[in-house]
Amino acid sequence: MGLAYEFDWSVLWRQPYGIWLIKGLGLTIMIGIIAWVIALSLGIFVGTLRVTPYRGLRFLGTAYVEILRNIPLLVQLFFWFYAGPMIFGETISRQINQISGLNIYVAIVGLGLYTSSRVAEHVRAGFASIHRDQYQAVLSTGMNQAQMYCHVIIPYSLRLIIPPLTTEFLTIFKNTSVAMTIGVAELTFQSYRIDADTFHGLEATSGAMIVYLLLGLTVVRCMGLVEKKFKIPGLVGR
Amino acid sequence: MFDVVFRNFGFLMGGLWVTVKLSIFALVGGIFLGMLVGLARLSKKPWVYYPITGYVNFLRNVPLILVIFWFYFVMPILVGQAIDPFPSAVISFIVFEATYFGEIFRAGYQTISRDLINASYSTGLTYAQTARYISIPIAFRRMLPSLITQSIVTFQDTSLAFVIGLPELVRRASIVDNLEVRSIQLFGFAAMVYFIFCYVGSRSSRHFEEKSRKANIL
Repeated sequence: MGLAYEFDWSVLWRQPYGIWLIKGLGLTIMIGIIAWVIALSLGIFVGTLRVTPYRGLRFLGTAYVEILRNIPLLVQLFFWFYAGPMIFGETISRQINQISGLNIYVAIVGLGLYTSSRVAEHVRAGFASIHRDQYQAVLSTGMNQAQMYCHVIIPYSLRLIIPPLTTEFLTIFKNTSVAMTIGVAELTFQSYRIDADTFHGLEATSGAMIVYLLLGLTVVRCMGLVEKKFKIPGLVGR
Repeated sequence: MFDVVFRNFGFLMGGLWVTVKLSIFALVGGIFLGMLVGLARLSKKPWVYYPITGYVNFLRNVPLILVIFWFYFVMPILVGQAIDPFPSAVISFIVFEATYFGEIFRAGYQTISRDLINASYSTGLTYAQTARYISIPIAFRRMLPSLITQSIVTFQDTSLAFVIGLPELVRRASIVDNLEVRSIQLFGFAAMVYFIFCYVGSRSSRHFEEKSRKANIL
């Protein structure tokens, strides 16, 4: 056995590595939260498209979800980052590539789009779980289709689907790690960078895993509060 | 316009083959280990239940890329020499995906009610016969859509082995892209290949879901 490996756990706090990890965590949280805002708003919109009575809109919604769900996030990020600017032709593409922090913007938007397709599926399932009678009751009060969705169906189904959305919110923080492949210096990137600097990647990645775990626990705790606040009175087993 | 894809078609398809090979290893290993994990999660023995539950909850909360790196760093220490990306990736995928498959199996085992088993015994079937003819077929039918969905996820996940330099489809597309700078065609092509595989898979998952829904009504 070649157990001639000497552990050096100080790479987790020794300077400059401790700061790298903290900066990485900050970027992970920032990308995750902004991408989540995009994912939630787009996901609700697309999920609603998929249950409208208009065939064309339903088709658009379905195509959007199928395309984004069936292509790996890594490929999507590469496409937006490398191919995205080229779509606009050579001169504009060169200007776009000069934007500083472009990879971070691409990561946020790419991750937001990817997650929105998954949110849309949950939103649709939430709509499906609302009984037909309730739709008719809303319409009978004199609201039109748009008002019905805005004031009753969307708020109600959002409250129903908080648990699966919690899972997606957790997943979005884990998925920010894919952004390292386009050079975003988030937490996973930093732990890999520590390896390149010290050859102690094992300690660095182990430390990063614990940090992700703690981040996940915090998210679960927060979403538990949200769930409690927005739970629908009278529904059991929630 | 897609000439860059045609010129490098063999190279790219070789990458797809690596992707498929890694997926097969990951799925066979992950599903087999997942079955055991699912059983352990229902075990009444605390020394089985708690360690396995800890393992599942831990890995489900960390990003796969980090797990891939971790095994890539830990394997040389255990083996005592440098290791190829492929075996390292296979091990990380089996260990990681087994936690997801384990939860599917656990849910599947749980859908089999005590009453059903007792009813089966009362007809004179033995334990083995009950498993063979009653509980396994029913549980399998109920789990099939989730198993297919998770297999699609695994297939997409293999692209992350990119980070340890495994020459799979995305890595090869990006190698060609570095030489020829034709990102739209190359990554568009990779996206299309993944889409075709995964779309067919997700359609079949939905088909089985509909089928078992209809069967349950009868």
